[in-house]
Amino acid sequence: MYRYDAYDQKLVDERVAQFTNQTERYLAGELSEDEYRPLRLQNGVYIQKHAPMLRIAVPYGNLRADQVRKLAHIARTYDKGYGHFSTRQNMQFNWPRLETIPTILGELATVQMHAIQTSGNCIRNVTSDPFAGVAADERVDPRPWCEILRQWSTFHPEFAFLPRKFKIAVNGAADDRAVIRAHDIGLELVTNAAGELGFRVFVGGGLGRTPIIGQEISTFVAWPHLLTYCEAILRVYNRFGRRDNMYKARIKILVKALGAEAFRDQVEAEWAHLKDGPATLTQAEVDRIAACFVDPDYAALPATDAGYTAALAENKPFAAWAKRNVRAHKQPGFASVVLSLKKTGIAPGDITDGQLDTVADFADRFSFGEVRVTHEQNVVLADVRQSDLFALWQAARDAGLATPNIGLLTDIVCCPGGDFCNLANAKSIPIAESVQRRFDDLDYLHDIGELELNISGCMNACGHHHVGHIGILGVDKNNEEWYQITIGGRQGNDASLGKVIGPSFAAADVPDVIETLINTYIAHRHEDELFIDTVHRIGVEPFKQAVYGDKTPAQRKVANG
Amino acid sequence: MAKLIKNQQIIDDTWQVLALDAEADAAGVTVPAGQWLVPLAVWQAQPALAARGDVAPLLDGADDPAALADQLATLPLVAVNFPKFVDGRGYSIATLLRSRYGYTGELRAVGDVLRDQFNAYFRCGFDALSPAAGKYTDAQLEAALASLADFTEPYQASIAHRDPLFRRHHRSAA
Repeated sequence: MYRYDAYDQKLVDERVAQFTNQTERYLAGELSEDEYRPLRLQNGVYIQKHAPMLRIAVPYGNLRADQVRKLAHIARTYDKGYGHFSTRQNMQFNWPRLETIPTILGELATVQMHAIQTSGNCIRNVTSDPFAGVAADERVDPRPWCEILRQWSTFHPEFAFLPRKFKIAVNGAADDRAVIRAHDIGLELVTNAAGELGFRVFVGGGLGRTPIIGQEISTFVAWPHLLTYCEAILRVYNRFGRRDNMYKARIKILVKALGAEAFRDQVEAEWAHLKDGPATLTQAEVDRIAACFVDPDYAALPATDAGYTAALAENKPFAAWAKRNVRAHKQPGFASVVLSLKKTGIAPGDITDGQLDTVADFADRFSFGEVRVTHEQNVVLADVRQSDLFALWQAARDAGLATPNIGLLTDIVCCPGGDFCNLANAKSIPIAESVQRRFDDLDYLHDIGELELNISGCMNACGHHHVGHIGILGVDKNNEEWYQITIGGRQGNDASLGKVIGPSFAAADVPDVIETLINTYIAHRHEDELFIDTVHRIGVEPFKQAVYGDKTPAQRKVANG
Repeated sequence: MAKLIKNQQIIDDTWQVLALDAEADAAGVTVPAGQWLVPLAVWQAQPALAARGDVAPLLDGADDPAALADQLATLPLVAVNFPKFVDGRGYSIATLLRSRYGYTGELRAVGDVLRDQFNAYFRCGFDALSPAAGKYTDAQLEAALASLADFTEPYQASIAHRDPLFRRHHRSAA
């Protein structure tokens, strides 16, 4: 993992001092609410329903054990004993007092952490593949490039007040696990015909109110030019993105208005002035950062551990967990483990202080002291010996972190929703729980197979409902909470947006509707066909028919009581 | 009199901003005697102003700094308006004036210019900051000078730091 040098540390310390001063001036009445708001947002502080919410940056989802322990300490000391991993791989605390936030940031700085640019109209935390560096299908490790982008975007003086927030994701594997085409800039590491490393560049993707899949504007930007090319994109956006309407201010609206080609021409014209300038990356800098991401000292192990194989054969619950929560690793004898934060009855992504300490201990004991956070709101131990899997499973089960449901219907991606968030139109956590309770039979769940269910409490789409195989969106109708359902969305290389099946439902009907969708899938599926593939093969209509039958929306509402 | 921060010193501001109504005729408006910052439309519509030496153009977020490219060597100053501090277009305009167009004279931020952005203004090439009259007391403004140096060794290349951190300093392996 990246480790700060004196320069990184100084910047973070200076930020703590700056924000401490700003908060003091705010509390003393010297800074108005309007003046303080963007400043606190750029330090991850929202004012929410119950208290301020503090969003802490987890750069591209990477954490060290000491950092996880610090999060545990913060949860215990300044919050109510738990935190929440978000769909952007960050950690959120829902209950800190504003007065304590400068102190929390000071504590974070002692372990090379911060909350810089986790909100606000600026470049946000760069996100990436939680299996970076260990996935068998990886072409190039994205982490050094994420760190280079993190440093470039941190306190960039020209881009602190963009028209709207700005998100960058990087993928270096055959399978896109970073949803790069749902980002303002999506970067795919590629090698050109000459064997040079570079980036395929997508812009203008995003979910939210106007979901759009990002468009390619360059097939290859050679790596030395990564920052100047991004600077050109950002400058065009900063100057010409709309500022008159916050709902039309994302870069996707500009790209759509100009057309991808015209946008690209503007970027290329800007880039012509920047290319080969001082911001051009040097081999020395890339090497310096890449040195932080070399493989750990893997022991030479046989490809398959005999004890692990035996335990799989003897212990059915262990085998069920291994099937869902253990992933193949590029290194013989190793595996990656996903610790599930999707236990029924617990809000998806929530984790207690005790569990955080346990995860830190797991990291030290089993995985070279490192942890990753996934955008599906689970936690990954990337480098576990197969021979340790059984012991890890037992300990994880004791800690409530071994629900064997990764990639299944109950591994629900879910925003905090109306229980916490000021923006939400509807609650999302109780919907997740009602679906989890309906599908509590593990054998049935495994039979349904891989299925991604995403829930957002409003159209801002923090739960990424558009790219869920099943998406649930909370909507407000006459001050009542209703839920609109989409099917057929997906992330990955063939990212697509789900289609609405029809009029929305009351909360109590959602589990029934999901069950009807599942039954329809089971009735139509070919052998070994996943839900998402059946939807794309037969289309939305059979599902619609099954859910609504001949009922008109009005009758449906009556039927709902 | 309004105060100006110039080259990290607090001085009196002798310039005024000429406000122009949306319907006003840029060619017909009279620019009185004294030092005036005038909207780009007025500056362009009245070429004679350039000869006065006490009138300077004021760019808005939507203005193209290229419009001044040929005149930059002779201008007393260039001002960039921040209608709201959260409107960040002026940072790009300043950067372009200093880099692309090679402007070396006074570059002044006017409008909703707040101390918490002083460091960003400075790094984007502003050497003169003009907070709204009455926005800060003298003591507050004195304290605010510290904000110019909020970040002493930033990562990026910018106008104030021609090279990014990785070219300015040797950074040893972590």
